Amino acid sequence: MTESKRKKQIQLSHGGGGKEMNKLIKELFFKAFDNPILKSEEDAARLELKGPTAFTTDSFTVAPLFFAGGDIGKLAIAGTVNDLAMMAARPEYLSCSFIIEEGFELDKLKTIVHSMASEMEKSGAKIVCGDTKVVPKGCADGIFINTSGVGEILQDGISIKNIQAGDAIIVSRDIGRHGAAILMAREGLTLESDLTSDCATLWPIVDELINAQIPLHAMRDATRGGISAVLNEWAVGSDVEITVDEAKLPVADEVKGLCELYGFEPLDLANEGTFVIALPQEYANKAVELIKLHQTAHSGFIGEQAAIIGTVATERAGKVILKTPWGSSRYLDLPQGELLPRIC
Amino acid sequence: MLELKQLYQGFRDPTTIANLSKQIAQQAAKVDGDIRIMEVCGGHTHTIMKYGLNQLLPDNIDFIHGPGCPVCIMPKERIDHAIAMASQDNVILVTLGDMIRVPGSKGTLAQCRADGRDIRPIYDPLDTIKIAQDNPDKTVVFFAIGFETSTPMTAVLIEQAEKLAINNLYFHINHVLVPPAIDAVMADPKVKVNAFIGPSHVSVIQGSEIYRPAVDKYGTPVVVSGFEPVDVMESILRITTQKAANVAELDNQYSRAVTPEGNLAAKAIIDKYLCIRPEFRWRGLGPIPNSALMLREAFSHRDAELHFASILPTEEIEDHKACQCGDILRGLCKPKDCKVFGRGCSPESPMGSCMVSSEGACNAYYRYGGIND
Repeated sequence: MTESKRKKQIQLSHGGGGKEMNKLIKELFFKAFDNPILKSEEDAARLELKGPTAFTTDSFTVAPLFFAGGDIGKLAIAGTVNDLAMMAARPEYLSCSFIIEEGFELDKLKTIVHSMASEMEKSGAKIVCGDTKVVPKGCADGIFINTSGVGEILQDGISIKNIQAGDAIIVSRDIGRHGAAILMAREGLTLESDLTSDCATLWPIVDELINAQIPLHAMRDATRGGISAVLNEWAVGSDVEITVDEAKLPVADEVKGLCELYGFEPLDLANEGTFVIALPQEYANKAVELIKLHQTAHSGFIGEQAAIIGTVATERAGKVILKTPWGSSRYLDLPQGELLPRIC
Repeated sequence: MLELKQLYQGFRDPTTIANLSKQIAQQAAKVDGDIRIMEVCGGHTHTIMKYGLNQLLPDNIDFIHGPGCPVCIMPKERIDHAIAMASQDNVILVTLGDMIRVPGSKGTLAQCRADGRDIRPIYDPLDTIKIAQDNPDKTVVFFAIGFETSTPMTAVLIEQAEKLAINNLYFHINHVLVPPAIDAVMADPKVKVNAFIGPSHVSVIQGSEIYRPAVDKYGTPVVVSGFEPVDVMESILRITTQKAANVAELDNQYSRAVTPEGNLAAKAIIDKYLCIRPEFRWRGLGPIPNSALMLREAFSHRDAELHFASILPTEEIEDHKACQCGDILRGLCKPKDCKVFGRGCSPESPMGSCMVSSEGACNAYYRYGGIND
């Protein structure tokens, strides 16, 4: 095979600090993530921050790297930006580290990088510093990405300790899509479906809720562990009882079907663009309306919309209770054991 | 196009469930004494606990959660076998789902995998063919588990291995049978079970007639039931109606999938490759004669128990003394009566069989139960 026909690959030299690495950084990363702080090429980015600031980090190792509704790049931006958004912090500055396996296709890296750049446009966040390492074949699975982020907190008091009796619980859209989409794409499960991941940047809708002066008590994006994990953490964190009405949970038919086939619970499946809100009951309808308006206005939105799914009380503090449509109830526990391979 | 939800929606209809609950109460009021139903299959235990069906029943109906969870009843020494085989160089051990979480005497298959051993949980046993073909220089062991439900898939896998002459594929057979387990539970004079819900999928394969001897011998109703909430409620109604009329009959609520004689093709292929094992030790219940299957002699060249005989441990390993799974499986006590339930014993670190899999009684109580206590 001639050199020109070979697919271009990442080689160890691309992480070696020399000419090849310089070329990769300048021609790919700087072009895609273009901003003056990044291009200043100092040892560290110089930032101007004001007031209370949120700071978070996350590593992304999803397999497969490309899935219905997104890829590892989109996930790496949305994931960190969403963690900031859940603290009502406007995503401002991000760092980004790549760990790339020797032999990784350059075209795939380009796709991932461009997907990161376009996802950042949705929140206005900027990558201001980064790092690239290339490890020998077999020492990583294609590519791993770490992103960290900082942002100014615009509404104070949002906390897992701040959920109060009388609060309503809202879920922003239908649940379990990301976990289900990854499971479908997984080797060994030969299933076909139009199901796409919910992977999305949540800052624009959170920004609208803040601007509408809705007093948010707690927000969390329901990633690994799904809605079950969020609600259990909240029940313990605020020492309250959370009751969920099963009939009100929005779940797409495809997700329900997959759960039926493999014995999973939609409540346990991961999400990457779905969040849960606790807020005073009297603001619940307004918040749901705002989220729905936002979803309707967004032409790419596929799925079921936001819903009020539960209430908060004090009786059985620390517990989450699921009410069935026929009047019985049970505890909703944390998911256990190995559900899926790496999904984020 | 038929959608999946159309298949189950009717079986989770709140109005139907409420009506069944009312009718059960009417029938149960006519019965003197308690109706103690053993749901043999772990899938039914899961349905009852997950959907909170026990909360919809009158006080004189009680459930005794039977031994029908294939992962739970696996004795530790069999898991030690799996770990011993997987720990050999150039061996790939293939098994189904939950099995990799179950602790033997020295850890789980998941821990063994973390140590670098090649252990592959699969959904479809036939995937094992490809694994064996792709790794001709490795010895592939299919660690076969399950009741009558999953046995035909193992039999088909053996047939494929024979037809395709895949000579690096071996079988460690742990398939167990429901009727001998019912007999083992009923053999204890302290057991107060007076009705059975018969398993769904086992009966699809074996047919409802396999429970006829139990009806005759113990004078108890047996109603074969589907897995959905409406199925289970309707089966309880049928049991309660029999009790009110003071009769004991074999009945089949799951008639959309179960026939009296079962799936004859599946039964034939099982019989071709597998035969009754003289004795199998059940975790929690001890040794039960004729309660499991093994490879027929003609296929002993695929028997992992023979191929690896020199390295397989032979010691029988009991559960911790404080564990009361044996009594729970016989209905002599409830999970919460056990001193270690939720303390020393939890789904993350199970001490006994019933806590191991999501189908086990203690596991179901741990996850869903206790809401009315």
